[in-house]
Amino acid sequence: MILARILPAGVVGLILFFLAFPIVVVAIVSFSSATYLTFPPPAFGLRWYEAYFSNPDWLKPTWVSIWVACAVVVLATFLGTLAALGIARLPKAMRVVAAGLILSPLIVPGIVVAIGIYYAYSRYGLVGTPIAMVLAHTCLAVPFVVTSVTASLSGIDPRLEQAALSLGATPGATFFQVTLPLIQPGVLVGALFAFITSFDELIVALFISGTGAVTLPRRMWDDLRFQIDPTIAAVSTLTIVLTAALMGAAHLLRKRAERNRMATSSAAA
Amino acid sequence: MSEVAQPASLALAVSRPQTAPFDWRRAVPLLLAAPLLLYMLVFYALPVVAMLLRSVNDPSWTLSHYATLFDDVVFQKTFWITFNTSVTVTLGCLILGYPVAMGLVRAKAMAPFILVIILLPFWTSVLVRSYAWMVLLGRHGLVNEALLALGMIDRPIRILNTPLATQIAMIHILLPYMILPIANALRQIDPSLIRAASGLGSTPFMTFRQIILPLSMSGVAAGTLLTFVLALGFYITPAMVGGPRDITLSMLIAQQVDQLNWAYAATLSAVLLATALAILAVARKLPGVGNAFRTSMR
Repeated sequence: MILARILPAGVVGLILFFLAFPIVVVAIVSFSSATYLTFPPPAFGLRWYEAYFSNPDWLKPTWVSIWVACAVVVLATFLGTLAALGIARLPKAMRVVAAGLILSPLIVPGIVVAIGIYYAYSRYGLVGTPIAMVLAHTCLAVPFVVTSVTASLSGIDPRLEQAALSLGATPGATFFQVTLPLIQPGVLVGALFAFITSFDELIVALFISGTGAVTLPRRMWDDLRFQIDPTIAAVSTLTIVLTAALMGAAHLLRKRAERNRMATSSAAA
Repeated sequence: MSEVAQPASLALAVSRPQTAPFDWRRAVPLLLAAPLLLYMLVFYALPVVAMLLRSVNDPSWTLSHYATLFDDVVFQKTFWITFNTSVTVTLGCLILGYPVAMGLVRAKAMAPFILVIILLPFWTSVLVRSYAWMVLLGRHGLVNEALLALGMIDRPIRILNTPLATQIAMIHILLPYMILPIANALRQIDPSLIRAASGLGSTPFMTFRQIILPLSMSGVAAGTLLTFVLALGFYITPAMVGGPRDITLSMLIAQQVDQLNWAYAATLSAVLLATALAILAVARKLPGVGNAFRTSMR
């Protein structure tokens, strides 16, 4: 009887270990003092972080990635939020077509998107420019903004907007003073997802970043072809911490929005 | 003063033709969606379609590129490897994912901790996770060192750059896509059903077989199809940790583009895309799967 209880817990524990362990190992290796990749490290130190922060070959791609991701956030959040507001009110047939187009980057295999973009962008001389990276990454980031904003829109009690309108608010005032504050967590979550989607993206970058817009994932990929020195472990650990922090923030935001929504709807009922 | 009068007279002029009453408010949703729809068409959909058209219009309109696939040994071998890898990885995810989903749903105090462990790798990029497996599975990696220390092998064995390495790393990467839909389905099971079963003398195993498992099938189906479709398109992981001869469809497509063989690359892309879409079309037809899909994609 005791075995029947412990055994499943042990199995789940082992699988969770399998999930977490590789990430933990990368973090530990990044603090190694050894000149080569070895585990466990003989001693700990920050030499690989120093190697990263003192090497322009790593810092330049980092800035390109941050710059591109920030531009993607602005473009994707703006276009995606507007579209989510529109799509929710479209007739059903149009809504299905529009959502199909906008959400399709989630299911079309990455390589197909990447070479399609490479095929067209190279004809217009865009390959190797940060602009091309922003234009392409925005397409990949937009589905996350639209789904996130749509989810928060669907949770809005329609009576709130009706109340504002019937009390004499203009449609514009209703949007800025009622709808926008209510969907704001959804917009923020979408923006965080957009940042990470662009910051982590590799397949499109492999084809269109050329030599003029090398991003951090592309730089890591190029480096891995020749060596696996622990600098990449340091870079990986930094990106894990950054994405985990942003995703964690998005997760908490979404949870809080869900709780608020339940509180307001139960208060209304 | 005339500035104030002008808009009013304009409005009058616009509203005068009563024969065609046009309510601008009905166009607002479309106007809001239009910028993004145009953007997606210009920078994503038309480029992909233009590329795919190379499979039927190179050098002139023809289906010969598709016809030759039937005797194309390289394509058939690659397709088989891709399909095989996806099946193995999906099964691996199902076997490892179901217990974790049950553990996540049943855990009380531990639930946030388990969720973080599931989500942390989920939030880490595919590149970083593939790199982690390069570190672990290498010739002097942790797995080899551990096996040597335990006396299970005499000298380091080759794991990195084999199909096994690809499968392990892909299972690790795709596992959350399996766990989350199953956990969603499990969470929706009415706990009173389980209490009723055990109250009526059902053993835990019988309760699982006859109540929990059938009621979680929509989540299982959604997770399985999602994992499989994502596995079909994998490129980075097999290229990094897989064997040099174990080429997936995505890798073959990239190779052909490098050789500027656009017609062949486009044909392969169309096959890959059609396979993925066909599976998703089936998925939408299954009861409950469409819903589970939507909630898990968020």
